[in-house]
Amino acid sequence: MISEDDVRYVAKLARLRIEQDEATRMTGELAKILAHIDKMSELDLAAVPPTAHVLDVVNVTREDKERPSLPREEALRNAPAVSDECFRVPRMG
Amino acid sequence: MNNGAWEPVIGLEMHVELDTQTKMFCGCAVTKGDAPNVHTCPVCLAHPGALPVVNRRAVEYAARIALALDCTVQARNIFHRKNYFYPDLPKAYQISQYDEPLATDGSFEYWVDGELLRCRINRVHMEEDAAKLIHAGGDAGRIAGSDSSMVDFNRGGTPLIEIVTEPDIPSPEAAREFLQQLRNLVVELGVSECNMEEGQIRWDANISVRPQGSEELGTRTELKNMNSFRYLQQALDAEIPRQIGVLEAGGTIDLETLHFDPDTGTTTPLRSKEEAHDYRYFPEPDLVPLEIDPVWVEGLRATQPELPAARVERFIADYGLSRADAGVLGSSGALAGFYEEVVAAGAGAKPAANWTMGEYLAHLNAAGLEAGHGHVTAERLARLVKLVEDGTVSTSAAKEVFARMIEDRAEPEATIEKHGLGQISDTAELEAIVAEVVAANPAQVEQYRGGKQQVIGFFVGQVMKASGGRANPQVVNDLLRRALDA
Repeated sequence: MISEDDVRYVAKLARLRIEQDEATRMTGELAKILAHIDKMSELDLAAVPPTAHVLDVVNVTREDKERPSLPREEALRNAPAVSDECFRVPRMG
Repeated sequence: MNNGAWEPVIGLEMHVELDTQTKMFCGCAVTKGDAPNVHTCPVCLAHPGALPVVNRRAVEYAARIALALDCTVQARNIFHRKNYFYPDLPKAYQISQYDEPLATDGSFEYWVDGELLRCRINRVHMEEDAAKLIHAGGDAGRIAGSDSSMVDFNRGGTPLIEIVTEPDIPSPEAAREFLQQLRNLVVELGVSECNMEEGQIRWDANISVRPQGSEELGTRTELKNMNSFRYLQQALDAEIPRQIGVLEAGGTIDLETLHFDPDTGTTTPLRSKEEAHDYRYFPEPDLVPLEIDPVWVEGLRATQPELPAARVERFIADYGLSRADAGVLGSSGALAGFYEEVVAAGAGAKPAANWTMGEYLAHLNAAGLEAGHGHVTAERLARLVKLVEDGTVSTSAAKEVFARMIEDRAEPEATIEKHGLGQISDTAELEAIVAEVVAANPAQVEQYRGGKQQVIGFFVGQVMKASGGRANPQVVNDLLRRALDA
């Protein structure tokens, strides 16, 4: 069973600030989702290989061949801050 | 290092950037030293909707590393998302591998002080490198009030391989040897230059101590992101006594990440346990599984270059070298290549080995050069070796010839000629010196004639000295006997 502490922990990992009413609501919603997924445990799936992808496709690869990159102005266009031809970000600890 | 009743246990993780043309999941060029942010695209900048596609050559290079480490390349490969937030990681996750990595269960043998050690390899997996963070200004010339870092995404998405060992490494020295020899191996595979200054290769160390003979592992600490062999060894040399001190005082070791400060030579915690990462791995939905054909793997195995361990055996078998000499010459591809060129150019295998390991290696070390880039070519060294063999120059004079060949960047013959270092075999010239020496040492002549034959050694030495080390010892010997026995 998921607890409110679990919800707060996951929110913290995802850098989400949640209010008390949200924490309460999400605890209930996540519990329902997990209960739904748990339904599958009722089936005997021992002979079913684990699925890593929804598509029944494997080995999509490409040749090691260069393709054009974006011009720098284009790459930096959406950056909140730019200096010295770089994305400028808050200094980390 | 003496650790008393304790023994250290070390495990290593090595990260290697592969020298592919393009990034792991997009067609942006992998380069070094270009202006910032000129090799980016919607995939490696994590624009919404952009999809990664696996670079086939990166898989090949990774598999070559795995095979060289005697790992089993797994038929089924799954990529996972490793989630964390950092400005060098635009997607807020790194595409990596988790419980179904490229390869598992290998081993690597390496030399420490003439002893061959074996380390089990847990796994080899594929991932992508982060971007480069440039901290504005640094301490000197820092922009006033700057709280910023700059991000250059050229490196972001470069194919990266992680090699994880089992905790089989018994000492800091062994850890350094392991990493140096593993680096040599990767370089020889031709999949990465492993340039340390450019950070193409980095490693983490996990270290714990336990009572001598114990089978259980103690709690470990981690030293992260080191890129100097020397610092790694120093950090381990500092961390082992720290842990022993804590345990002997009745304390416990905390599972934590440490930072090594080379200035103080101490390790300090980087982040506390409470902040320990929870990466919430899950399968990358943007990439379908990779099924690796065993036939393709066998094809790679058949086209692997000769690896150091095999080369050492070949040197013993083909050149009649001792295991120790073959180990020195054979474990680095560049030095081995040079040695084989010297032999191919006509020098005898044994003298070529002695010259390569002796004068040539000393020259490389003194000049800080890589094998093959010294100031004497293999062909010239071979000629010098042959000039010693045919008696044109004596062994002792040849060392001076070698030194002067480096100074003058010259041919051996020209050097001998210019500096008058050729061996004197001319009987007339030597007879004069012999006569002088005999005349100057009547007491020793008396001894010799009185039956003390070993005094001949004294006379040979005097003649050699008088000739500046250039006299042909055999000719001198003959002339002396003739003069003394007369």
